[in-house]
Amino acid sequence: MWQFVSPKIIFGESALSSLEEISISRAFVVTDHNLMQIGAVEPALEEIRKTGCELFVFDDVSPDPTLESVALGTAAANDFQPDWIIGLGGGSPMDTAKAIWVLYERPDLIPAMINPFIELGLRQKARLITIPTTSGTGAEVTWAIVLTDSENNRKMGLGNHENAADIALVDPALASSMPPRLTADTGLDALTHAVEGFICTWHTDITDGLCLNAAREILQYLPVAYEASQADDPTQERYQTAREKMHNAATSAGLGFGNAMASLAHAMGHVLGSVFHIPHGRAVGLCLPYTIEFAARGEDPSRISLLTDLLGIKGGKSAAGENLAAALRDLAKEIDIPLSLEELGLDENQYHQLLEKMVDDAFNDTQIITAPRAPSYQELEKLFEYVYRGQPVDF
Amino acid sequence: MAHKFPSDDWIKALSDLLNDSDSYQRSAKDWEGDFVFVVDTDETFSEIAYLYLQLYHGASPGAAMVDPDNLPETEYTIKAPFTTWRKVIDGKLDPIQGMMTGQLKLRGNLMKIMRYPKAAQEIVSCCAKIPTDW
Repeated sequence: MWQFVSPKIIFGESALSSLEEISISRAFVVTDHNLMQIGAVEPALEEIRKTGCELFVFDDVSPDPTLESVALGTAAANDFQPDWIIGLGGGSPMDTAKAIWVLYERPDLIPAMINPFIELGLRQKARLITIPTTSGTGAEVTWAIVLTDSENNRKMGLGNHENAADIALVDPALASSMPPRLTADTGLDALTHAVEGFICTWHTDITDGLCLNAAREILQYLPVAYEASQADDPTQERYQTAREKMHNAATSAGLGFGNAMASLAHAMGHVLGSVFHIPHGRAVGLCLPYTIEFAARGEDPSRISLLTDLLGIKGGKSAAGENLAAALRDLAKEIDIPLSLEELGLDENQYHQLLEKMVDDAFNDTQIITAPRAPSYQELEKLFEYVYRGQPVDF
Repeated sequence: MAHKFPSDDWIKALSDLLNDSDSYQRSAKDWEGDFVFVVDTDETFSEIAYLYLQLYHGASPGAAMVDPDNLPETEYTIKAPFTTWRKVIDGKLDPIQGMMTGQLKLRGNLMKIMRYPKAAQEIVSCCAKIPTDW
């Protein structure tokens, strides 16, 4: 027995305009300051204003959202008393919005208590809309909440099925002007969701199709979307198509892995994000080829063989895992993503000093439990070493 | 030699395996909190059983099948019918998915247990290594 959780998803061109049809009295928008400054969220705010509701914008959300951000936002929500909370932006504002919503409804809880095993009883005071402005995180449709415990430099994987949004508005226009770096990083995030959602031990018949199609679309359209981000005329039809395909693929991958799980690249990527502040998508995407190679050398590489086969990836190498990893590395090169942490410029001494903590933290990340091949401590340490040096996995 | 489930032998075998597991010792090095596993009756199992597992700082100092009248106070209790336990031990049901869907009922401080996913996985992995007579 398992279940599939999803908000109502309104997607495609002009999806934002459907805000006008929602009865909103007091909207509490959670976004980040940078997005406000560059005007990226203005089209969405404009649509919200058209509803005639009272509007409060909370934009004190950091790129790796912290418990402090959530506390500040919850206090502001308590003062404002919204009937709708709107998470607007990338994964950080949307995850922060979910946490604020839970704590606004349940003041007796603290963030660490938001787990899948309790009944939250949400939707007494407010409901949640999520509006992504990037094509990657999938947070608009997942119930997961990733926050950073800045005191211990550790990511906290939280969430409960109830805190999935009521409505996700997936409008490609909001992501159509993402700059190159953001396009590449968030696209790799979506690809990692799709691949890990397919190979993890919690994958299901229902999630497989979503993950597979998302992976296929991302492999095809991410290079074009990246090209679009640098083009003189990004309004060309093929660029717009690529942007829309990427936006939908990110949501599909979110639905897929959000109802299955992620895997080892996420456990390692979360650690790299919290310790070295590497953007989430780049961190997980950089680890993915290595974790694929590692899993493919395990006792049962059948999921990786199947995925490689269904994606139509062929190569000179005999092993499916190596071919899939090679395809992922080729894509990374095409979108100017470093293939190793050394290439990314991390200091080797500092990396090795922190290695033991990184291994411990990765082992205590919830995503590790669904890895198709469970590493030992020694193997995980070796994996971190290989990711640093850019050495294909041979164990 | 196969151990009957549930039995005193079986839970002691689990305790021994945990004490021999480097992965468990490291992943649960700060863990404090004992468990009672309640094996509830169903169509294939007629008498409720209680398995007590002590866990402290990466080791299992003791384990026993206990009498319902002398149940120790523990931080955690996991209760499920016999057939559900069998699925968990056979690796056919992930215990965390089981808890999320209410097939295994967990009582205790969830906030704490969520911080030790690797230790929980190691316990299940050790369960699967016990030759079990059903």
